[in-house]
Amino acid sequence: MATETQGEGGGLEFHPMDQFIIKPLFGGDAVNWYTPTNATLWMALAVLAVFALLVLGTSKRSVVPGRVQSVAELAYGFIYKMVEDICGKDGVKYFPYIMTLFMFIVFANFLGLLPMAFTPTSHIAVTALMAFAVFFGVTILGFVKNGASFLGLFWVSSAPLPLRPILALIEVISYFVRPVSHSIRLAGNMMAGHAVIKVFAGFAAIAAIAPLSVIAITAMYGLEVLVSFIQAYVFTILTCVYLKDALHPHH
Amino acid sequence: MATETHSDAAAASAPGMPQLDFSTFGNQIFWLLVALAAIYFVLSRMALPRIASVLSERQGTITNDIAAAEDLKAKALQAEAAYDKALADARMEAQRIIAAAKADIQSDLDAAIARADAQIAEKSAESEKAIAGIRESAMENVKIVARDTAKEIVSALGGKPDAKTVNAAVDSRLKG
Repeated sequence: MATETQGEGGGLEFHPMDQFIIKPLFGGDAVNWYTPTNATLWMALAVLAVFALLVLGTSKRSVVPGRVQSVAELAYGFIYKMVEDICGKDGVKYFPYIMTLFMFIVFANFLGLLPMAFTPTSHIAVTALMAFAVFFGVTILGFVKNGASFLGLFWVSSAPLPLRPILALIEVISYFVRPVSHSIRLAGNMMAGHAVIKVFAGFAAIAAIAPLSVIAITAMYGLEVLVSFIQAYVFTILTCVYLKDALHPHH
Repeated sequence: MATETHSDAAAASAPGMPQLDFSTFGNQIFWLLVALAAIYFVLSRMALPRIASVLSERQGTITNDIAAAEDLKAKALQAEAAYDKALADARMEAQRIIAAAKADIQSDLDAAIARADAQIAEKSAESEKAIAGIRESAMENVKIVARDTAKEIVSALGGKPDAKTVNAAVDSRLKG
């Protein structure tokens, strides 16, 4: 099945997952850990986009901002306010890390929406790394900041005493499920949207339903634009919530 | 799964998900770390301090502008107060001038009236005197006419008018 040629057969051949295959950029087959791949390319483009928006866009430092600078300031204010609102004043020093995550995810998502693009955030390896980085970072930070009292996060002192052990068990399980849900939510959303668009694109090979297919792709694309931002937002806000738990573990 | 090359891996997992092709994980993780480190470097060294400074600068500008506006407003209020005061002063001055003018006019008027009164009094005294003179002379005339008439009547009645008696009678009649 995998040996058939891509997209040249016409008719109804779906390869919705082929867009996620990681290929070396400069020929060859081997994907070693250092090989520049299409994932590398699109991550690099995301970095460049972040640089262009936040550094080149603000290079004039105008007091009355231009278009690009307003967007950069909007992004800054958006994440800064989110961190401040959720984590409190003492969470502000982690703002650059959270901003890094948000900018990377949002640009990887949006660049992935370009035709023929590759979406790094649709890969569980990428999102899981970020989610586990958040998980371990937040857990270690919690213990460093609060010592053993960080475990108070699992002990719901407002609940009736007999319920507390059960709640503690549930809290512990939910705590350890966090990185999984955190990463799969983002990767799953990105992958599903791109795959669905690809499936609709496959239907376009049949002339009779091609217009419908194009309309469906357009609609899905609009939805995906929304999802791209919302998932970046959700990932970021959950990171903030976890960080808040580490800084203020008591309910 | 453990195959090194993509096509073998794809063949092994096909038609499964490339996401679960673990042979590419190392590559992705490496490049992701590079990308995140690059973004973090760009953000923490350049972008965020710059945007923060721009925002605080703008905040400062706005605060300054508001302060300047407050200043100007205070000045405007001061100017208005000064204007009001000048207006009130001018009004008071005008009142004062009007009062002074009125007082002048009043005193002139009073003097004129007094003079006129004096003149009138003088004239009326003169007239009074003239009238008294006229009355006296009229009385004299009446006396003469009465005496003459009485003499004529007495002589007409056939008596012999005695000048002394007639005069006394007329005088006593006129007095009575």
